[in-house]
Amino acid sequence: MIFIVVLLLASSPGRASSSSSRTASRSGQILSPTWQPDSTSPPTSFGLLPFIAGTVYVTGVALLISTPLSVGLALFLSEVAPQWARAIVQPALEIFVGIPSVVWGWLGITILVPFLSDTFHSDLVLSLPIVGDIFTRAGLPDRVLLAGGLAGPVDHDPADHHQRLLRRVPCGPAGAAHRLARPGHDALADHPPPSDPVRAPGVLTAVVLGMTRAAGEALAVQMVIGNSPTLPAAITQPVTTLTSQITLDMGNTVFGEPWQDALWTMSLVLLLHLDHVGRARSGHQQRRMAS
Amino acid sequence: VLVRVINSGGWHRDRDRQPRHRPPGGPKPSLKSKASRGSILADRAATAVLWGTGAFVLLILGGIIVHFALAAWGVVSPSFVLSDPSDTALGGILPVLWNSIYMLVLTMLIAVPVGILGGIYMSEYAGENAMTSAIRFAEEAISSVPSIVVGLFGLILFVDDFHWGFTALGGALALTFFNLPLMTRLSEQALRAVPQEERSASLALGATKWQTIRHVVLPLAIPGLITGVILTAGRVFGEAAVLLFTSGIGTPPHYDFANLDLTNPASPWSPLRPATTLSVYIYKLNSEGLGIFKNQIVDGSAAILISMVLIFNLGARLIGRVLTRRLTAA
Repeated sequence: MIFIVVLLLASSPGRASSSSSRTASRSGQILSPTWQPDSTSPPTSFGLLPFIAGTVYVTGVALLISTPLSVGLALFLSEVAPQWARAIVQPALEIFVGIPSVVWGWLGITILVPFLSDTFHSDLVLSLPIVGDIFTRAGLPDRVLLAGGLAGPVDHDPADHHQRLLRRVPCGPAGAAHRLARPGHDALADHPPPSDPVRAPGVLTAVVLGMTRAAGEALAVQMVIGNSPTLPAAITQPVTTLTSQITLDMGNTVFGEPWQDALWTMSLVLLLHLDHVGRARSGHQQRRMAS
Repeated sequence: VLVRVINSGGWHRDRDRQPRHRPPGGPKPSLKSKASRGSILADRAATAVLWGTGAFVLLILGGIIVHFALAAWGVVSPSFVLSDPSDTALGGILPVLWNSIYMLVLTMLIAVPVGILGGIYMSEYAGENAMTSAIRFAEEAISSVPSIVVGLFGLILFVDDFHWGFTALGGALALTFFNLPLMTRLSEQALRAVPQEERSASLALGATKWQTIRHVVLPLAIPGLITGVILTAGRVFGEAAVLLFTSGIGTPPHYDFANLDLTNPASPWSPLRPATTLSVYIYKLNSEGLGIFKNQIVDGSAAILISMVLIFNLGARLIGRVLTRRLTAA
């Protein structure tokens, strides 16, 4: 049964790539920075660079914000929190994860974007959405690492994942540190997760997971990012991403025209990129299990 | 939850307590002799920061709930829930809420049997072979595909190739594809949690493998299975990106619930009609809604969406707990 679905899904890039090869042959400009798809104002150009760069940029900044938060949260839940605190924070996290992305987008556009443009005294409300986006997806604690944490199989919920990995640390390092009877969390200081060989692979896996979620998020990003097809320059400038451009334009274009073909190319890029990341991840997990 | 956080101002006082994992029975360590002043300070700082992250989650979640409770005050009312959208007045959300529920039921009708059967296969039948690892790889691959791409796949297959146009059925099938890995994985976990001894005992009594699964394993796994179903349901209910290009984004017409003709696209009961759901409606209003009541409608809709998420989550928790207690007590 699952196989059928896989086969069906596998047929989708085929279709998309036939469209994209058409685009490529027609324009040959996939890596150009100019996006001018409207054939009523020639010359048209279908450069995807702004979208790819925007996706990478937004994902990167979002991870920068969300990774420390997520790791901290995982450490808190697995090492620091007493039972009663865990009994409150854990369910709260699960609800957090369940909040739909359109709601995040709405919060971003009604609260964060105005707040940020006030804070930075910017005249351009639209000049800040990327920050808004980052906060929407990350600053609200690890929206990215948790983004649809239940979206993957449950044990892929990254904070959960972090936490479980930390719990799984054998008596070895943590136990030894405790036996040395340093108070509380010197155990953490001595073996900070990212550099601790026992934990690092798991944390890395979780970060990669968060990355796929961040890069694949569509609606919340589209709502706050400003959707300006330019190369990202400053954190306070509007940019755009692959997902948000697809979301915006797919419904307004006609099947078979170059504009829509370019959108199919974008989804192919998205699919291949994430597939690659996913493969790296499973390879990583196998290595971890083997070691 | 928020109140508890605020009232428990003593959180940070806990930070001097002893580590939980200290092996029992050993001599109580002297903090002064073993740890330098600096490392004690660093330790306290780290603890405070970690408590801070925990409190942060609660604060933000509490803030969101309070925000929507305030924003939806005066908007959400029986007439808001039970009337049609309107361009001129504060319209209601009846059709989109109906579509969300309809879509949820339709998706779960497809996804639950397939997901549970898949879980049974993976937990009870699958060996460690190439087939199994291929399925696992597929599960991982599908769950790393962005939802918008799954939606595009639905657009190609159902809307274009099948010439269905935007339909509830197409949306439900796309949602099924998207959620099947989750559903299968949750079912597999629930089934694997059943102790091996139960199976051995049943098989030793002469039961066949299917009898064992049917009468021993499945009943014991029910709490986990139900939790899985409800968690999946929560995700299906809030999903929008998959549905934009499969079940459509148009403003729904007035629904005549007395029209029970399933083949008639005008009937709200028909699966072959466009079905804009609540989440999609929020997205639509935000991107193209210009009415003066847009913000109120979105706030109200978001409040309802969040309430449903809360209900699904707490429901899963509660039902799982009650069933576990009942089954383990019996």
